[in-house]
Amino acid sequence: MSDLQQLYQTIILEHAKARHGAVELTPLADAIAIGTASGLRVAESHQINTTCGDEVTLRVSLDTETVTDLVWTGEGCSISQASASILTDTLRGLSTTEARALLDNFREMLRSRGKIEPDEEILGDAAAFGGVSRYPARVKCAMLPWVAFEAALIDAESR
Amino acid sequence: MTSFAPSSAISPAHAAQHPQLAPLINIDVERIRNDFPVLHQTVNGHPLVYLDSGATSQNPISVMEAEQEYYEQRNAAVHRGAHTLAVEATEGFEAARDKVAAFVGAKTDEIVWTSNATEAINLLAYSFSNASLGLGGPAARRFSLGTGDEIVVTEMEHHANLIPWQQLAQRTGATLRFIPVFDDGSLDLLAAAAIVGQHTKLLAFTHGSNVTGTINPVAELVALARKVGALVVLDACQTVPHLPVDVKALDVDFAVFSGHKMLGPTGIGALYGRAELLADMPPFLTGGSMITTVDMHTAEFLAPPQRFEAGTQRISQAIALAAAVDYLSETGMDRVAAWEAQLGQRLVAGVAEISGVRLLGQGLGVERLGLAAVDVAGVHAHDVGQFLDDAGIAVRVGHHCAQPLHRRLGVTASTRASTYLYNTTDEVDLFLATLAEVAPFFGVKP
Repeated sequence: MSDLQQLYQTIILEHAKARHGAVELTPLADAIAIGTASGLRVAESHQINTTCGDEVTLRVSLDTETVTDLVWTGEGCSISQASASILTDTLRGLSTTEARALLDNFREMLRSRGKIEPDEEILGDAAAFGGVSRYPARVKCAMLPWVAFEAALIDAESR
Repeated sequence: MTSFAPSSAISPAHAAQHPQLAPLINIDVERIRNDFPVLHQTVNGHPLVYLDSGATSQNPISVMEAEQEYYEQRNAAVHRGAHTLAVEATEGFEAARDKVAAFVGAKTDEIVWTSNATEAINLLAYSFSNASLGLGGPAARRFSLGTGDEIVVTEMEHHANLIPWQQLAQRTGATLRFIPVFDDGSLDLLAAAAIVGQHTKLLAFTHGSNVTGTINPVAELVALARKVGALVVLDACQTVPHLPVDVKALDVDFAVFSGHKMLGPTGIGALYGRAELLADMPPFLTGGSMITTVDMHTAEFLAPPQRFEAGTQRISQAIALAAAVDYLSETGMDRVAAWEAQLGQRLVAGVAEISGVRLLGQGLGVERLGLAAVDVAGVHAHDVGQFLDDAGIAVRVGHHCAQPLHRRLGVTASTRASTYLYNTTDEVDLFLATLAEVAPFFGVKP
């Protein structure tokens, strides 16, 4: 497989098209009110990659300690969009502790410049982004939704 | 003392070697390429195809040598100190100003050095802002803006020729208006005639679009401004490097351009201003080297251009830029323009042949700069750029600092190939062939 095929693995191109969890977001205030009524804490974060204009808004719903739902909207390159899609599949249903551990693992792998082999046991489909770590200019694209998740999680926990 | 000029004028031998009237052909371009070491390398296993000169151009050896020679032999602060090196540095610095001024048809004292075109526009905006606060006295009142006054720009501006005016409007209470563009990216001149009116104090527009390659009708726009007494600011970043530009013939009040887009180093740009206007403008940056007398409460300022050049200047960059101007003049700007026009048309013709790829701007046959920005249906520009980079082809992806124009054209980002005198027709063809492979690779059906 060429470096380019490593970067754009089939699973990434498929997720970029399938966009799991991508919805037209309702107004945040409404989502917060509906969440509160059913005992959920809802928050979102909007992140922009200024280099290329990728955008992701990711909304997190939490019960006491579980990420019960993740939805997002955005546009951008296949790496950022696939990353958001895979993120929702990977993190939904995890405890906040598990989600944070996975996020840390994902970030460490991406920042390794290809030195850390992705651990499929831990990362699941997100391991497909291993090829991205050799392209420093694209690490931000892959991280964008995860940074949004991190910020939204902190916000949701404070509610 | 040896006299020091950045480099000699056109030598007879060189002129014989490069007859000014013979059009450039690929063989000449191959010779030109030998002067640019950076072009001779492989990227990702392929020979580098550099198609991002609209963002920044490469430097010929003569430019790098001029900068090195300055540091090896003349380095000193200019316009201060009586020692020999200081005198030689000052001579080189001012000879560079002569050369760059002549290159764009200006008088020497009408060229102000800046860090880049962005700073040149900010210099204007902050000078006008200061005038609006009463600085510069009655003479500067012509630059004063306030409620009811209008600044007019176009929808195709680079952010550098938009945001400084937005900010100036916010500081002064003036209103910012814009001339819209059509779907093909060309300026709506009927709308322009309706928008530029008695309240217009300033009309700022780009000579050539860095996205669509459109060359704006300067004469028509200047005529609109003259009718209402508005000042004209021309963003010439994409034209001074690529076309013969004469600011007097264009009859604009101000023009800006950047050194790094015209074979020069980064960190140097220029503001052209009509002498009588610069003479009445209050300074933007203040401090050393721009004053005559200073007491603890007030200062008297030097005449332009020194009034606008506070602090130690970009001496090596100015001298290197003059070497770049020599290189362009010796090649001949007419020939450069004709060559790039040919490359531009080749790009446009080739893009039209690829299904699922849309050209931003006007199509084949319309005069344009030697660049083309495209949208590949179903593939984000960043991915297109990655695919091209894998083949050694360097292009710009994103909004090219022109978000409003991209929004108007219905895209968030595009992929731009921009040529210069060192690009060959083979390189353009390779770009086009590789561009055609993008959609299949990403599984998009045309």
